[in-house]
Amino acid sequence: MSLNIIVLAKQVPDTRNVGKDAMKADGTINRAALPAIFNPEDLNALEQALQLKDAHPGSTITLVTMGLPRSAEMVRECLYRGGDDGVVLTDRPLGGADTLATSYSLAQTIRKIGKYDIIIGGRQAIDGDTAQVGPQIAEKLGLPQVTYAEEIKVDNGVATIKRRIERGFEKVECPLPLVVTVNGSADACRPRNAKLIQKFKYAVTPSEKAALSPERQALVDARPYLAIKEWGVKDIDADPQQIGLPGSPTKVKTVVNVVFQAKESKRIEGDNDTEVESLVKELIADHIIG
Amino acid sequence: MANFFNDNKALRYHLHHPLMEKIVAMKERDYTEAEQFDYAPVDYNDAMDSYEKILEITGEICAETIAPNAESVDKEGPHHSDGHVAYASKTCENLDITRKAGLYGVSMPRRFGGLNIPNTTFSMMSEMIAQADAGFQNIWSLQSCIDTLYEAGDEEQFQRYIPRICAGETMSMDLTEPDAGSDLQSVMLKATEAEDGTWRLNGVKRFITNGDSDLHLVLARSEEGSKDGRGLSMFIYDKRNGGVTVRRIEDKMGIHGSPTCELVFKNAKAELCGSRRFGLIKYVMSLMNGARLGITAQSVGLSQAAYNEAVDYARSRQQFGKPIIQFPAVAEMIANIKARLDASRAILYETARFVDIYKIWEQIARERPLTLEEKQEMKKYNRLADAFTPMAKGFTSEYANYNAYDCIQIHGGSGFMRDYTCERLYRDARIMNIYEGTTQLQVVAAIRHVTTGAYLAQIQEYAARQYAEELQPQVAKLQAMTELYAQAVESVKAANDPEYVTFHARRMVEMAGHIIMGYLLVGDATNEPDLFLKSAKVYVNMGEAEVTRHHKFITSLNPADVSAYVAE
Repeated sequence: MSLNIIVLAKQVPDTRNVGKDAMKADGTINRAALPAIFNPEDLNALEQALQLKDAHPGSTITLVTMGLPRSAEMVRECLYRGGDDGVVLTDRPLGGADTLATSYSLAQTIRKIGKYDIIIGGRQAIDGDTAQVGPQIAEKLGLPQVTYAEEIKVDNGVATIKRRIERGFEKVECPLPLVVTVNGSADACRPRNAKLIQKFKYAVTPSEKAALSPERQALVDARPYLAIKEWGVKDIDADPQQIGLPGSPTKVKTVVNVVFQAKESKRIEGDNDTEVESLVKELIADHIIG
Repeated sequence: MANFFNDNKALRYHLHHPLMEKIVAMKERDYTEAEQFDYAPVDYNDAMDSYEKILEITGEICAETIAPNAESVDKEGPHHSDGHVAYASKTCENLDITRKAGLYGVSMPRRFGGLNIPNTTFSMMSEMIAQADAGFQNIWSLQSCIDTLYEAGDEEQFQRYIPRICAGETMSMDLTEPDAGSDLQSVMLKATEAEDGTWRLNGVKRFITNGDSDLHLVLARSEEGSKDGRGLSMFIYDKRNGGVTVRRIEDKMGIHGSPTCELVFKNAKAELCGSRRFGLIKYVMSLMNGARLGITAQSVGLSQAAYNEAVDYARSRQQFGKPIIQFPAVAEMIANIKARLDASRAILYETARFVDIYKIWEQIARERPLTLEEKQEMKKYNRLADAFTPMAKGFTSEYANYNAYDCIQIHGGSGFMRDYTCERLYRDARIMNIYEGTTQLQVVAAIRHVTTGAYLAQIQEYAARQYAEELQPQVAKLQAMTELYAQAVESVKAANDPEYVTFHARRMVEMAGHIIMGYLLVGDATNEPDLFLKSAKVYVNMGEAEVTRHHKFITSLNPADVSAYVAE
């Protein structure tokens, strides 16, 4: 059976290659100094979607991304690898969203798309490392969720998922539709394809199209598959109180620059459980573990 | 993210050579395919943008996958089991990722699923892949055998075979035999026509690169009782039909990723490709010319890798309180590597453009009759391609060896250890001036362009161009070198003895090559001084010394002394 697959992906600053000006004085990320990339685990998620499409011919992959207008690049990256369609959710009131407001906005977008059998996202994004958005979307849509996935197979309306867990993996089954978040240990995403990149390189959102030359605009008009959807708050029927800053209960109180200093050490003598237990208690009290 | 294309400004420079506008318009038949294929360009800028994007994909795969895999491939090598080849595990990964990226059938028309890319751009992909792993470049670039099938075969064969190559099936050219190496006229593999019109092949082939490929072009003796090249035809052997087994995989010094096979043909079903008896004299020449350009690109890629390794090491290695790159002796070695690299790349793409123009005219001639002017242009570029291909292959493969040698020297004792990449580069480079015709055989192919004056005519064309004021001292040197070359050639020709010409052949071809590459680099430095000025100066100095040395040798040699060079 063919599947309607939605891939959730985020454009993030490349925190893996940080320079000295990566952080501002106030402790927030200096996004201008970091290149914007496809969140790495979302690429793992896209690969899982592409493998499902390979296994189920006729399936379609729609990438959904929320962010600045330039996030349209995410949709193109998806098209270059074999995806079919994409939605860029971008609107000023959506800005400043925490995971709750983000998952609400994305859930509304998915509702608007309507048809879906499986929704796949990366486990977490490298800019926030929360791993909350995927699971929250599942809750909002009332769907089952499977996290830490490494492999997804679908047969007769049932998904079989290999999950990475401590010291091994487990396999779980779940009926469609569902939400899956994919772990970074899953297969790396396939490369961009030479033909697809030539086919889709002029794929643009309406706001990007306006910046093209008249000849290229005419080309986009003549080829409907080059139109990338660009939706705002109105398009997804969102409640203004649940999006952006108003919809975000998370408040950043302060950001502290932590400088690791490995000077502090403590020696605990003894060879019985009491010493071990007191060490564990101390570590918990210091919030080092637990 | 590292990227062999984006990180190398010289590639982008050569991609945007002024002649490309003509080449691309020809290759795209004035951009008439956009209506029919959604990935065809609509104009020149669109095509160039697509080439850049394809080169970026290739550059990323090279930097992120193929290069990191190279050490493991070198250590593991291919396996021999059940009469077949199993590639090293990371070679399989390289094949998988390049297939998914759609980097096969690069030169083929779109109607067969190809990318319809000119040879110049193909050679850039090839160069980067060789920079990442020279052995994998063999497997990948053998796809260009399909060009010969597309020249020689019929429409029905195109339909059956070309789409498979575009989908990523691999190829090989089965020419060499135990008693037919450089002398291919001695090929013995027997082809017999069956009653149903198909052919059966019997015999042994040796030293076949990627010999367990999906699709083979095989040189075989179709005319029983014949002894020379005119009794040979070319055949297509499809692995799906069976009948060929790999008897052994050679244990080689380098390019471990590339399986070199001894093949046994036992009644292997095959089909004729092109006309009978034209196997060697026409099609193998075409195959070899393609392969020579492939090895030229491989050599340039290896030189780039050697340069990168040398610079990285010389910058990070500290001795006597400073990085060794600051010592003049080390810096000069690096400058020489860079000059030879830039010169190699200049002649590679000059040659590739010549090949493109004449090959595309040949293809167009199959669609419509050419005008007189077009025919003349095709002939002109055909001659230039014939003159430049052996020179480019000979020089760049020798330079790859010099560069790998100097790269190890810069590493000192560490370079002798297997821990460093330069050791693999040194081993990999060693085959480049041997296979697809040794340097000595490239000289045999090139020498007639010395004696007919073809090189001199092209040198004079370069000399008539405008160069930057800053480079006039180099231009003056090149003019003086040209005089020495012309004098040396005249003095050799004056002896009126073909054997005397042969004796000095390599020296004369080298003199021409130094002058040609000198002019090419001076031209590049005129356009992009930031990229090429230093190399232009270093290369012209190097070439001047070499040309003077050869001139001295030729003009001061007592012809009677030639006998001292004759082996007992």
